[in-house]
Amino acid sequence: MEQVIDIVLLAFMVVVALAMIHLRNLFAVVMLSGIFSLLSAALFVVMDAVDVAFTEAAVGAGISTVLMLGTLALTAREESPRPRRHALLPLAVVTVTGAALIYGTLDMPHFGDPDAPIHQHVAPRYIVDSPREVGPPNMVTSVLASYRGYDTLGETTVIFTAGMGVMVLLGGLRSRRRKRRDPASPGSDTGETRP
Amino acid sequence: MLETVLGLYNYWIVIVLMMAGFYTVIARGNLAKKVIGLNIFQTSVFLMYITMGAVEGGTAPIVGAGTTLYSNPLPSVLILTAIVVGVATTALGLALAVRIRESFGTLEEDEVLALEHRMDGEA
Repeated sequence: MEQVIDIVLLAFMVVVALAMIHLRNLFAVVMLSGIFSLLSAALFVVMDAVDVAFTEAAVGAGISTVLMLGTLALTAREESPRPRRHALLPLAVVTVTGAALIYGTLDMPHFGDPDAPIHQHVAPRYIVDSPREVGPPNMVTSVLASYRGYDTLGETTVIFTAGMGVMVLLGGLRSRRRKRRDPASPGSDTGETRP
Repeated sequence: MLETVLGLYNYWIVIVLMMAGFYTVIARGNLAKKVIGLNIFQTSVFLMYITMGAVEGGTAPIVGAGTTLYSNPLPSVLILTAIVVGVATTALGLALAVRIRESFGTLEEDEVLALEHRMDGEA
C-alpha cells in the first residue's frame, strides 16, 4: 500500500515539474512549486522522515513560495516567449546526463532494503545508543543537535551569511525606487539606477 | 524484472525530476525561472537521500513502545540542514534577480547580456 502511494505521488511530482517547465506565467509556476513542495512533504511522510516532512511543508512550501511571490511583485509576472532554436542542445545534454545517471542506479540497493550499506555504518549506533546517550526519543533531534551539532552551527552560519547578502543587495530598494520615479534624478532614462 | 523496476522506481523518478530542474536552469533565460529550476533540482536530491534512508516495514526514527525497526535517521538530519540552506540560497538568488531587474529593467538573460554588451561598447 505504501508503495502504491509512493508511486502515485512521484508520478504527480513529475507532472507538476513538467507543467512548471511548460508554463510561462511565473505566478502559476510559483503556485505549482508550492504544490511540488507539498507533494514532496507527503512523500517524506510515506518514507518515514517526518521531521523532514514538516520542515519541507513549512520552509519549502511556505517560505520559498512567499519569497518567490515577493520577487514577482518586484519584477515581472510573465516570462518572455523566446525563439526555440537553442532548445535542442540543452535537451541533448539533459538526456545524456539522465541516461548516465539511470545507468548508475542499476546496481543501487533496492528501495527499503534493510541490508543496504547505508544502514550498516553509523546508523545502528544512533538508533541503539542515542536515547541513552543524548536523551530525546527522537533520534533525528539527537543527531542534529548533538552528534552533528557542528553541522547545525555551520548551517546557521550559512543562513546568517545569506541574510546579510540579501540585506546588502536589497538595502535601500525603496529609496532608489522613489528616486527613479522622480524625473529630475540623473540616469533615470537609461534604466541605470545605481546611486 | 518487476522487482527491479519497483525497487529502483524512486531513483528513476528522482533522476527525471533532477533533469527537469537542470533543463530549466540551462535552457530558460528568465532568471526567476532558473531559481525555480534549481529548487526542483534540490527537491529531487532530498528525495534521493530520503529514499535511501527508508527501510521496508520500518517506522519513523522515534523511540516508541513495541517498535524495533526504525528508518535511518542520518539522511533525515542531512536533508533537514539542506532544506534550510536551500531556502537561504533561494533567497539570495531571488535578491540578485530583483537587483538585476532594477539595474537592467529585465529578467531575461539574453537581454541583460545585450544591454551589458552595449554599455561596454559605450564605455
